[in-house]
Amino acid sequence: MSTSYDEATEGKVYSVNGADWDQVVTGVRDSEEERLVVNMGPQHPSTHGVLRLVLTLDGETVTEARGVIGYLHTGIEKNMEYRTWTQGTTFVTRMDYLSPIFNETAYCLGVEKLLGITDRVPARAQAIRVMMMELNRISSHLVAMGTFGMELGATTPFLFGYRDREMVMDLFEYITGLRMNHAYVRPGGVSVDLPAGAVDKVGEFLKEMPKRIKDIRKLLDENPVYVRRTKDVAYLDLTGCMALGVTGPILRAAGLPWDLRKSQPYCGYETYEFDVATERGCDVYSRYLVRMKEMEESLKIIEQALDRIAGDLKGQPVMIEDKKIGWPAQLALGPDGYGNSPDHIAHIMGTSMEALIHHFKLVTEGFRVPAGQAYASIESPKGELGAHVVSDGGTRPYRVHFREPSFCNLQSFPAMAEGGQVADVIAAVASIDPVMGGVDR
Amino acid sequence: MTSPDNLPEVPDAQVPDVPKAPEPPVVRRGMFGAQDSGDTSGYGGLVVRRAPQLSTPRPYGGYFDEIVDTLALDDAIERVVVDRGELTLHVKRERLVEVAQKLRDDPALRFELSLGVSGVHYPHLVGEELHAVYHLCSITHNRRVRLEVSCPDADPHIPSTVGVYPGHDWHERETYDFFGIVFDGHPGLTRIMMPDDWDGHPQRKDYPLGGIPVEYRGATIPSPDRRRYYS
Repeated sequence: MSTSYDEATEGKVYSVNGADWDQVVTGVRDSEEERLVVNMGPQHPSTHGVLRLVLTLDGETVTEARGVIGYLHTGIEKNMEYRTWTQGTTFVTRMDYLSPIFNETAYCLGVEKLLGITDRVPARAQAIRVMMMELNRISSHLVAMGTFGMELGATTPFLFGYRDREMVMDLFEYITGLRMNHAYVRPGGVSVDLPAGAVDKVGEFLKEMPKRIKDIRKLLDENPVYVRRTKDVAYLDLTGCMALGVTGPILRAAGLPWDLRKSQPYCGYETYEFDVATERGCDVYSRYLVRMKEMEESLKIIEQALDRIAGDLKGQPVMIEDKKIGWPAQLALGPDGYGNSPDHIAHIMGTSMEALIHHFKLVTEGFRVPAGQAYASIESPKGELGAHVVSDGGTRPYRVHFREPSFCNLQSFPAMAEGGQVADVIAAVASIDPVMGGVDR
Repeated sequence: MTSPDNLPEVPDAQVPDVPKAPEPPVVRRGMFGAQDSGDTSGYGGLVVRRAPQLSTPRPYGGYFDEIVDTLALDDAIERVVVDRGELTLHVKRERLVEVAQKLRDDPALRFELSLGVSGVHYPHLVGEELHAVYHLCSITHNRRVRLEVSCPDADPHIPSTVGVYPGHDWHERETYDFFGIVFDGHPGLTRIMMPDDWDGHPQRKDYPLGGIPVEYRGATIPSPDRRRYYS
């Protein structure tokens, strides 16, 4: 493979393609220079997606590390400016595809703040959002744990993580109709109420999941190989976290109990009882422990939310009563397999012309949002997920920007990896748990 | 009843010569855009001006007064807007770093955590088309504030805040990439999402959605709507 390069400025360049690694090793062994610049990624199984790491190596030690992103940029923020406010949820759900419910909720909270309807969102919708978010937190952490194990060379945690995540996926499929990219949370509430039997299914999940978490803990907590690969690796203390704007499990593993669910509650989190998981190790192992603890706390929250959904809030609406915002149809799965609302269809097609016009305008044109800007943030599994939403008074967002926790946390990877071993780079990146769909958007 | 004769006489000298507030720029004249023919609609003389840039009068409410008072840099702040329970300080761009530094370091403010930079393009705001928006959070006091800085499209320069908040490195690169705002003093202001040799800044309002041919390895691939179709 011939590559045009300037040998004087770049030094000797080896292009590695497939099996010619021996050739590189021979070349490097014979050369005088100690420094080796290696491109890891963007297509590398251990980089968590299309992330490119440029590593300068001195032997086995990383002396300089840089992350290169943008390989998965899909222009979600730009696209949203050409769709209605409601259609925006179908875009944001695809950003961080491992925590779709969080993306939707952050966006919808921002839109609700702009509309000034935050207090009018029904309590049942808020409880369902909380339950779905915590289920999603468990599934996201399970993937973080599973892929982490695999990247360190252990396949069992991966199988455990994905097997257990499947239980959450099944619940999501049953409740929203889709395994991912749900577009379930909408401005004003959620798109549909829980289907019959969902409460029982979540109840079964709550019985089964603690055992599964215990299994993973048994597998990893005291595993000597795992502990030696993770303890005191990728150290980032509180000062570093604050300077680089790092939030989420990494910050809590540095000892600061900063969790937006506690400090700036939304969706009624102030009424749930749970603890904020913290550790003091500032390393990969502490981040793992924080994530495990968070899963256990999430189960507590799901249990409380489920009690409310099945108890006090039974039969209450899940979408705001305002006819100018909430879609009129109460969709339910019909015998044809599609979501339909026979009563509503009979109403608009048979009896009321005005209702038909209203439905048509609301669905095609959308609702207007008063001009202004708002910032809503929630605690996603990766850290603070913020939505900066700007409206010019129209039916489409003027600008939506997401403060993606993966994007911000990934910036801290050079601080964690520089001065360490090459093998620990993998552990550092995996402990950040970046999702490139969220980083690049 | 109220004929001019009935009003009390006011000598001209008593009316103070107050300079008029500058009127906001005209957005549109007339109703239907017909300039060359006689407008018989009666709306020919209509003048629509841009909505004025509002500032919120004091008291702002909650802890917002305290933040503005403690900051005590009134000459650096153009406007203070309180909207939907959020405080926005519109800062003069040349004073941005100073304001950010004080917000971070003053013990009574302590906005340690920055949540990054977001850009917004307002092409209709002549002279301040490009905005950079900073969301700051104080963990010590559990408070939030938003800084907004604007710059004209003709001179898209805003001082970099990487020195105050190192985490702004990638955020400023992102805003530069999407809006073309040049952050002076940034250690390495290059594109971050788009390819290095990309033309234009995609999040600007005058940049179309789609319809852009892509060059890859020397070959130009037309945009989807201009590709050959087989039917």
